[in-house]
Amino acid sequence: MAIRDFLRERFFPHMWCPGCGHGIVLNNMLRAIQTLGMSKNEIAMVSGIGCSSRISGYVDFHTLHTIHGRALAFATGLKMSMPELNVIVPMGDGDALSIGGNHFIHACRRNIAMTALVMNNRIYGMTGGQFSPLSGYGTLATTAPYTNIDHGFDVVDLAISAGATFVARTTTYHAKQMADIIREAIIHDGFSVVEIMTQCPTYFGRKNKLGDASNMMEWMKDITTPVGSKAKEENPDLIERGIFVQKELPEYCSEYNKVIERAMKGRS
Amino acid sequence: MNNQVKFVQGNEACAEGALYAGLDFFAGYPITPSTEIAERMSIQLPKIGGKYLQMEDEIASLAAIIGASLTGHKVMTATSGPGFSLMQEALGFAVMAEIPCVIVNVQRGGPSTGNPTHVSQGDVNQARWGTHGDHAIVALTASNHQDVFRVTVEAFNIAETYRTPVVLLFDEVVGHMREKLTIPEPGEIPLVERLKTSVRGGVDYHPYLPREDGRLPMSDFGGVHRYNVTGLFHDMWGFPTDNPKIVQGLLRHLVDKIENNSHKIAMYKEYYMEDARRILISYGSAARSALHVVENRRSRGERLGLLELQTLWPFPYNVVKERCSGARSVTVVEMNKGQIADQVKAAVDDPGKVFLANRVDGVLITPTDIRNFLRVIQGRGI
Repeated sequence: MAIRDFLRERFFPHMWCPGCGHGIVLNNMLRAIQTLGMSKNEIAMVSGIGCSSRISGYVDFHTLHTIHGRALAFATGLKMSMPELNVIVPMGDGDALSIGGNHFIHACRRNIAMTALVMNNRIYGMTGGQFSPLSGYGTLATTAPYTNIDHGFDVVDLAISAGATFVARTTTYHAKQMADIIREAIIHDGFSVVEIMTQCPTYFGRKNKLGDASNMMEWMKDITTPVGSKAKEENPDLIERGIFVQKELPEYCSEYNKVIERAMKGRS
Repeated sequence: MNNQVKFVQGNEACAEGALYAGLDFFAGYPITPSTEIAERMSIQLPKIGGKYLQMEDEIASLAAIIGASLTGHKVMTATSGPGFSLMQEALGFAVMAEIPCVIVNVQRGGPSTGNPTHVSQGDVNQARWGTHGDHAIVALTASNHQDVFRVTVEAFNIAETYRTPVVLLFDEVVGHMREKLTIPEPGEIPLVERLKTSVRGGVDYHPYLPREDGRLPMSDFGGVHRYNVTGLFHDMWGFPTDNPKIVQGLLRHLVDKIENNSHKIAMYKEYYMEDARRILISYGSAARSALHVVENRRSRGERLGLLELQTLWPFPYNVVKERCSGARSVTVVEMNKGQIADQVKAAVDDPGKVFLANRVDGVLITPTDIRNFLRVIQGRGI
């Protein structure tokens, strides 16, 4: 199936700004799905609120565009009610880790088979450039005009601590790696978290004088390094990208099937 | 003895009603005084192959059942005031996206943490207007366990018929009190199943194009039709739009599908109403005390009647107006500051004859309380 066949062309043009990284994520997510040979009816996409969440409208899957921060909770019910669906949950950094932070850690803890894509552009884009919990100390935003004093989360560390069984990070510069990682994340039988560093030239880039979209992508190339690389030892400030955790643990829907078996046998 | 006779709490009667209606997916978060519903579900659902999910909070609980409803399941969550407050945004989502679901609020006193182990009926208006924006809502209640069961089944039927969230507004006394419940035979209470589209796969399908009667034959997630569900105003494909005509059309549809059917949704019981000169209007556990007073006064020849409301929203204005037209006085017995009394005043021809007999101290209003109110209303002093 061609990439085009995964799109709802009726709903284009999309609403993202020129240079936005979200289109690169959409593209490589679909390339990952393409290689898996899944039917469109087997895939459900659940999103929340924000620029990133609009991705669900553009793809020809079962799509559920919910409320701010709660996409993983909606997705958990959807998945539990129909475990054969492949559930993908694209979220922005504010959606996933500010308003949705509690749902995020609990979804990691449950290890329910779904793929959380955290499209991290370090800003609230749709509302016009306010700082997010991923903006980081010392950045500028419309609500941090005198520089931000909030420290950021490390999405990867947080997901690992909370119990996610697949945790990875990539960037929009590393498009090929992104598609490979998303593919691995989707086929992983457990809760997968993929942090995708993406550019918002309109707000984060402009406020922090990072240049245009291509400058920002090159900057992401410069500040990242593959997991376990020597460069990281020499320069601890570099951000690692790649797969951090990929382990097999009992998956939640399968575990609940055991609960059903026990209940039906009359054992408690 | 028929093993379908049980001695249970009201919360269990609600759980039994839900199972009878075909519930097979429940998500919840523990909160007094509703927790027994979740406990019951965690025991019963896996026995029938259903699912019980304990979520991280009440927001997630309602979100999860909405997700599960989309795949075609009958779903429910249960909570009390603070949890119901947290659910309001997702409740609005279910209204907007037309997702059938049942939300139980076993009321405690409020605001805030309030009086968790005591009775109140303070969330009546919250059920109506808790979520933002213009919308219609269905809220039902009951005063005894047989009715709790029945009304719970009807909540599912209404949710499926109109593709809407339905709120069950029970209260702590009904939830925790134990009394007899007879489980009806299968088929004794008719069940409404979800209306599915007959449009075949591969055909341009409009999930949000209602039939002429306002009903929406939707395809389930995972089926042959793929479509978009959103909390934004949306067109017939479910895609976001701010086209004023479509926005107005959808809002009117969401309100009209409930309000235009309020006569079908209205459930109530009448006791000694045919010749009543003075009328009590009550609901939930307060109606038990009201009924006691009515029966007591009737035995002394006083023409007192009780209209017990089971549908609170959409408020049955026509029923109340018609039944109260000849009454000298109408006394609303409730455990709040007059939330239903306000609606009764709006319904009757002469609001001046409507009085409120209430308690808001966490204690069940007693027949003596009601008698004292009636003495004052009738000008006889306490």
